[in-house]
Amino acid sequence: MAEKKAKKTTKKQEAPKMATEKKPAAKPRVGVFICHCGTNIAGSIDIEALQEYAKSLPDVAFADNYQYMCSTPGQNKVIDAIKEHDLNGVVVAACTPRLHEPTFRTASKEGGLNPFRFEMANIREQNSWVHMHDREGATDKAKDAVRIAVAKAALLEDLFPKSVPVEKAAMVVGAGIAGMQAALDLANAGIKTYLVEKEPTIGGRMSQLDKTFPTLDCSQCILTPKMVDVGRAENIELMTYSEVENVEGYIGNFDVTIRKKARGVLTPAEAEAKGIVGGGCNGCGDCDEVCPVIKPNTFEMGMKPRKAIYIQHPQVVPLIYTVDFDTCVKCGLCVEACGDKKAIDLEMQDEFVTVKVGTAILATGYDIFEIEKKDEWGYKKYENVITSLEFERLICASGPTGGHLVRPSDGETPKKIAFLLCAGSRDNTGVGKPYCSRFCCMYSLKHAHQIIEKIPGATPYLFYMDIRSFGKMYEEFYYRIQDEGARFIRGRVANVLEDPVTKNLKVMADDTLLDRPMNLEVDMVVLAAAVQPTRQADPVRKLFGVSCSQDGWLLEAHPKLNPCGTTTAGVYLAGVCQGPKDIPDTVASAEGAASAASIPIHKGEVELEPYFAQCREEICAGCGMCVNLCPYSALALVEKEGRKVMEVTEAKCKGCGTCGGFCPGGAIYMQHFTTPQIVAQIDAFLLGGEE
Amino acid sequence: MADEWEPKILGLVCNWCSYAGADLAGSARTQYPPDIRIVRVMCTGRLDPLFILKAFTDGADGVLVSGCHFGDCHYLEGNYKAAKRMFMLKSLLKNIGLEDKRMRMTFVSASEGAKWATVVQDVINTVKTLGPNPLKELQS
Repeated sequence: MAEKKAKKTTKKQEAPKMATEKKPAAKPRVGVFICHCGTNIAGSIDIEALQEYAKSLPDVAFADNYQYMCSTPGQNKVIDAIKEHDLNGVVVAACTPRLHEPTFRTASKEGGLNPFRFEMANIREQNSWVHMHDREGATDKAKDAVRIAVAKAALLEDLFPKSVPVEKAAMVVGAGIAGMQAALDLANAGIKTYLVEKEPTIGGRMSQLDKTFPTLDCSQCILTPKMVDVGRAENIELMTYSEVENVEGYIGNFDVTIRKKARGVLTPAEAEAKGIVGGGCNGCGDCDEVCPVIKPNTFEMGMKPRKAIYIQHPQVVPLIYTVDFDTCVKCGLCVEACGDKKAIDLEMQDEFVTVKVGTAILATGYDIFEIEKKDEWGYKKYENVITSLEFERLICASGPTGGHLVRPSDGETPKKIAFLLCAGSRDNTGVGKPYCSRFCCMYSLKHAHQIIEKIPGATPYLFYMDIRSFGKMYEEFYYRIQDEGARFIRGRVANVLEDPVTKNLKVMADDTLLDRPMNLEVDMVVLAAAVQPTRQADPVRKLFGVSCSQDGWLLEAHPKLNPCGTTTAGVYLAGVCQGPKDIPDTVASAEGAASAASIPIHKGEVELEPYFAQCREEICAGCGMCVNLCPYSALALVEKEGRKVMEVTEAKCKGCGTCGGFCPGGAIYMQHFTTPQIVAQIDAFLLGGEE
Repeated sequence: MADEWEPKILGLVCNWCSYAGADLAGSARTQYPPDIRIVRVMCTGRLDPLFILKAFTDGADGVLVSGCHFGDCHYLEGNYKAAKRMFMLKSLLKNIGLEDKRMRMTFVSASEGAKWATVVQDVINTVKTLGPNPLKELQS
């Protein structure tokens, strides 16, 4: 292969970088270590045979096996063998490198080897676990996997991670309870934090709730002080009515561009900057009174009107009005009413600001599933069928009815109310969501309690599949609601029909405990609708390079070992954007994410995996094809010795290798995934086996 | 029959989506036949079409290239670029008289363990229908 001739004339700083500068390649001496993983691997693969086979491979100097390679004695085997057998390559055949590559790299390093001379053969996730009943097939596959790994290990080179400084600032996207908690924690840890929220106010879903289970704390009472803290925190720069527009860079150095949507209103600070003394919005609401445009308030689930210039509710943070330019008719009455404060600017345009942050937390939250898709329950067809979030607003003292629960059809107080749990959750029909939404059982119990408490003689009927009251003091709360007189019917509701005259609802279900059909007439139906990721989560996650599960929930790096991290270094998850969580779990996850996001910042520098592209200038023809292929603008053509060659900015290169896959002359050298290494793996598989 | 022909299939998969998806199939103990060997790259964008040609001249009966879904690439667009190259490679294979179905590009995300198992099973079935790589006969 031409790459072997690679020679580079340019001087390199501290560490030798690539093939060019390595000493004449020593003869490969690879050690192979095979893990039993208890019976996880040994149960399906013949370890003895695999070890014998490994010993027979030309570049293998030593082979061993152990019950649990990741344990201290297992790792010591690697450390000792490197020294004893003068190994220059290590292969561990065990689980996936996505789990233990870092473990064994550290062990190799401790043995005195460059950690990048380690290669893993995955014989568990991609072998013993998927061929559990084919010992012969699994053992053959393991032999091939070891042979392929040894072929790569024999060609591995010393590589040196690049240290880059970390910007001492963080970003949190989404200012619900998760984002607020994460931002407060970061700010309290002394980190400048940009908190970006698409709505005009922070607070998120929690601010729409009336009470919280199982303590029955008033949601606003515990949330509002936190909102105020966020608004006042010195280290938090609040960016409400703003969205992430673009993300560039990498851990330690993200450049995030934020679109600050035109809100048509100046804050006092903005007014002062414009030379309007004592001006800017003080939240007086004079504009609101004169505005002639009326729209439904989404915060109140559309059950209360707002104007074209509005605040969503009295506790908003920041207390600044917002002009909804989609509906504003620009009559100018508000400008007049505002007077000398000169806070309103109806010609305001969106602004873009770019900030540099070291790490970022996504906390984009959830939406309610479009429950009208389950048309058997009649949402949006029958007036007295509402969702639980609408129920929250109706029962809330600050809501559209001042906390009096009324039927939307006639304003009467309902006496018999049916709650349909798992409305769209745990649904395998393809219409709803297959997962459990996790907090609907508990808030429905809370709703039952609120009805009994507020409406004398009222009876809640809860139609459930299973009551999942798994948290601290949750089961006790369930007993309490049972004792208070709520009725529980174990059965999924098949159909809801409306009496066209009374607007009462007939709920039809099977009572599976009594094994008999039920037909219950109620005044109101409340659907405990499934939750789903917000619409905005998808574009945001794509900008930050975060994957999602099939349901759209953002994907953590590892569900157990790295639940707050993502596969993009420096980007973390908090709250329900990752999957349904109740408030305590959300806050815990937010604190976890904040802690994780603060680590690189406090450390001050991070190491980037040295999978950088390198240009072999003597071969490079300077065509520049690679320059346009690079999604990170890491490559450029530069003039050297009278001709054009490609140059890599290592800090920008993320090591995807897209340039290397395309270079027509083979001039790009992808460290750790070089052409000779990959070809050696292919050859080892197809040509290296016993004939 | 005891010595039924088992095809040799090379899987070239990206680290972030398909390799993780294959791991997930393992964690979920989803069973599929052991006829595939995996070589991991960081991104399918790394794949030089020559690697696949090399595999075929080495005697691979099938090659599966698997990356992230479009729009989901860890490196933004490496999978688009790979897909383009694989599309051209397929037409080349057809033109030189090698069944282009021996080569397949799929998109399996980190959360699609079951899909990975189905894809592998599918590729094995297809390759088994096609029979051994004809290049092997030429070489012997």
